[in-house]
Amino acid sequence: MTARRDVIITGLGLVTALGEGPQANWARLAAGGPPPYDDKTFAPYITFPAPPLNLDTQIPKKGDQRQMEAWQRIGVYAAGLALTDAGIAKNTEILDRADMIVAAGGGERDVAVDSAILTEVRKSEKPDAFVNERLMSDLRPTLFLAQLPNLLAGNISLVHGVVGSSRTFMGEEASGVDALRVAHARIAGGQSEVCLVGGAYNGTRWDLVLLFRLGTPLLEPPFRPVWDRGPNGALALAAMGAFVVIESRDHAERRGAKPIARLASVQSSRNLRKAGESEKTLRNEIAAVMPSVKKDSAVVISGASGAEPATSEEKKVLAETGLPVRATTTYIGNGMEAQFLANIAFGCQAIRAGTLFPPSGSGDTGDTPAGGISQALVTSVGHWRGEGLALIERVD
Amino acid sequence: MAHRDRKGRPVVAITGMGIVTPLGTGKEDNWKKLTAGESGIRTITRFATEGLRTTIAGAVDHVYEEGMHSATLSEKLARLAGTEAIAESGIGSKGDFPGPLFLAFPPIEIEWPQRFALAAASGANEKIEYGDLVRAAGRPEFRRFYEESKYGVVPDNLAEHFGTKGSPISLTTACASGATAIQLGLEAIQRGECEAALAIGADGSITAESVVRFSLLSALSTNNASPQGASRPFSKNRDGFVLAEGAAALVLENYDHAVARGAKILGIVEGVGEKADNFHRTRSSPDGKPVISCMRNALADAGVTPADVDYINAHGTSTPENDKMEYLGVSTVFGEHLKNIPISSNKSMVGHTLTAAGAIEAVVSVLTILNQRIPPTINYEVPDPAIPLDVVPNKARDARVRRVISNSFGFGGQNTCLVLTGEPG
Repeated sequence: MTARRDVIITGLGLVTALGEGPQANWARLAAGGPPPYDDKTFAPYITFPAPPLNLDTQIPKKGDQRQMEAWQRIGVYAAGLALTDAGIAKNTEILDRADMIVAAGGGERDVAVDSAILTEVRKSEKPDAFVNERLMSDLRPTLFLAQLPNLLAGNISLVHGVVGSSRTFMGEEASGVDALRVAHARIAGGQSEVCLVGGAYNGTRWDLVLLFRLGTPLLEPPFRPVWDRGPNGALALAAMGAFVVIESRDHAERRGAKPIARLASVQSSRNLRKAGESEKTLRNEIAAVMPSVKKDSAVVISGASGAEPATSEEKKVLAETGLPVRATTTYIGNGMEAQFLANIAFGCQAIRAGTLFPPSGSGDTGDTPAGGISQALVTSVGHWRGEGLALIERVD
Repeated sequence: MAHRDRKGRPVVAITGMGIVTPLGTGKEDNWKKLTAGESGIRTITRFATEGLRTTIAGAVDHVYEEGMHSATLSEKLARLAGTEAIAESGIGSKGDFPGPLFLAFPPIEIEWPQRFALAAASGANEKIEYGDLVRAAGRPEFRRFYEESKYGVVPDNLAEHFGTKGSPISLTTACASGATAIQLGLEAIQRGECEAALAIGADGSITAESVVRFSLLSALSTNNASPQGASRPFSKNRDGFVLAEGAAALVLENYDHAVARGAKILGIVEGVGEKADNFHRTRSSPDGKPVISCMRNALADAGVTPADVDYINAHGTSTPENDKMEYLGVSTVFGEHLKNIPISSNKSMVGHTLTAAGAIEAVVSVLTILNQRIPPTINYEVPDPAIPLDVVPNKARDARVRRVISNSFGFGGQNTCLVLTGEPG
């Protein structure tokens, strides 16, 4: 086995309904106001919309903005924030060899075209031919590029110049966990020096509301914290983008980068979500890192999804640790591929701020440790799969 | 003593391979047809093509079952290829593969038959909006649409089926995806995380809408009158690629582990290179730099020089732009030596299997080494004088092939090249 190297987080880029940037997000959480959800646009379902973004600051060419759909714009924007935060934006020497792993959904259909076809096809004698002809004439040629998952990474290469390598993982929350796990393992194992890792999602779309409604309860009023959504659970789809820049300690030190935190470990697991399995998986993941956890100064940033029984099982296991727990999904909704990376950013921010935000709901327990926060355990117990745990540490 | 490569890393062997293409299922059938220069391209019969500009494809009609969607067909392809590869490798036991799964898979979504069913169930009489579909979506009979349309489901099904370990990784780097799956498996073994990995590329996503999407980007051949002659890589009269379906699987294994259990070594993954392009969303940088870097990175990773390469398994899509770009790339990287290196495109026979292509072409590359015979580039009737290459025109050729570079250049700027060799010593 190759010698393990330290992996340092040097840049964060975050876009959630709370705002942009980890500091602004954290300030909103600390202020303890109501979650920024929207119960009108997709009524009766509650969603978390993207905040207003001045896209020009990270995606200067209008042409580039036009060639993307919302999920890609959010992602490219968040990636730009992370590169800027790490101090490597526009640094072609580093970007030319920087690796990239993106966790991406995709889709983003033209709902107007779909609706028109569904409406008019009923009058057609040859429905298949009708659909073909309408798609040929009505679809924007470039829409395809906004639908392909790998085109988020493609757009990041185009707009920000990250071209060392480019890989895109798919599969909801699990893909975000695995993106970070693989990027971490590659740096720790000497296969990579610096990597941009992240994901983006736009759940504020009718086609995704449809997809999830087919198989999962969606949150309807009254709004409830993620821990307390009843026996069937419920998701609140969100717009979200989250990217981190991670690098080997040597690489960060050589270029004089300021470390945000050390990414000590990232685990991912899989189970079939039979009753009790999420509990068992998370307990095993926590047991694996517990020997290095400082019990008097560690906190848990939970990625609980609101799906049940997984969320209740997570609550039980986290309570057993005795560590203070905060779930962010109550405030930012479900951002799927971006969720885990967003929580990594929140974990870093907890360490930097040294305090926790006020609790909300039955699973948020404990208070800020008296001696400040030196470690954050970041969980992922996805809405269907997506088991993961990261340990982040303060760099002293 | 543990075997190490030129960089001191564990050597990664291929001990099992499986393949499905429009030509057939399995290595034997495919190899016979590939070396006979047969085409798997046909007129599309799976769905109505009225109103489409392109009506031909390399659809896997021998695998397709009525009512399948992209997810279910792609999953079936992955199972077929994976089963063949694991059986050949003899690793693990049935339903218990001792390593992770890396799956190159097409992005999937709700498809038109599903939208029609939801629209009918919505009871909307006038205009149908998405809100109407959503209202019908809670019915239990539609739950399967969710499972057929969510990214995480197929990799999870396959992980369960093959008994792979850990969280399965599903990935896409467009036309380079299959090669990326192999790369991820290779790296995991090199890191010592596992002794074996299952890399699969599968794509069964030909639908009317996918044809429309590529047509709107002017990427497809419209040579509908002559399906078998439509894919013409490196020819002057090439006019686009032909969409196709297929899958390939490779059992990657730490060489020492494979030898210790007495496995037959089919080949070695000696090196991988990648490089992203930031020129344009669908076009390669005109100076060829990303493609050149990608090949050079692969050779450097393998610790070999251009002179050590005996054969190039081309990306060779048959689009005017790709083939010109690939020529610029190989002529820059291989220079004078290029005249000694045959380069052929499997896509001339199979079509472009998109997500699966990198894995399929890796399997064919290893078969080329094992059989010391190079599959041809068929339909090569009108050479393009701007692309002076030995494309192994129209007929397979016996040749000494010890080392192959297999190119995959993806839409969206993601490029991956593999360097493959036979068993060492």
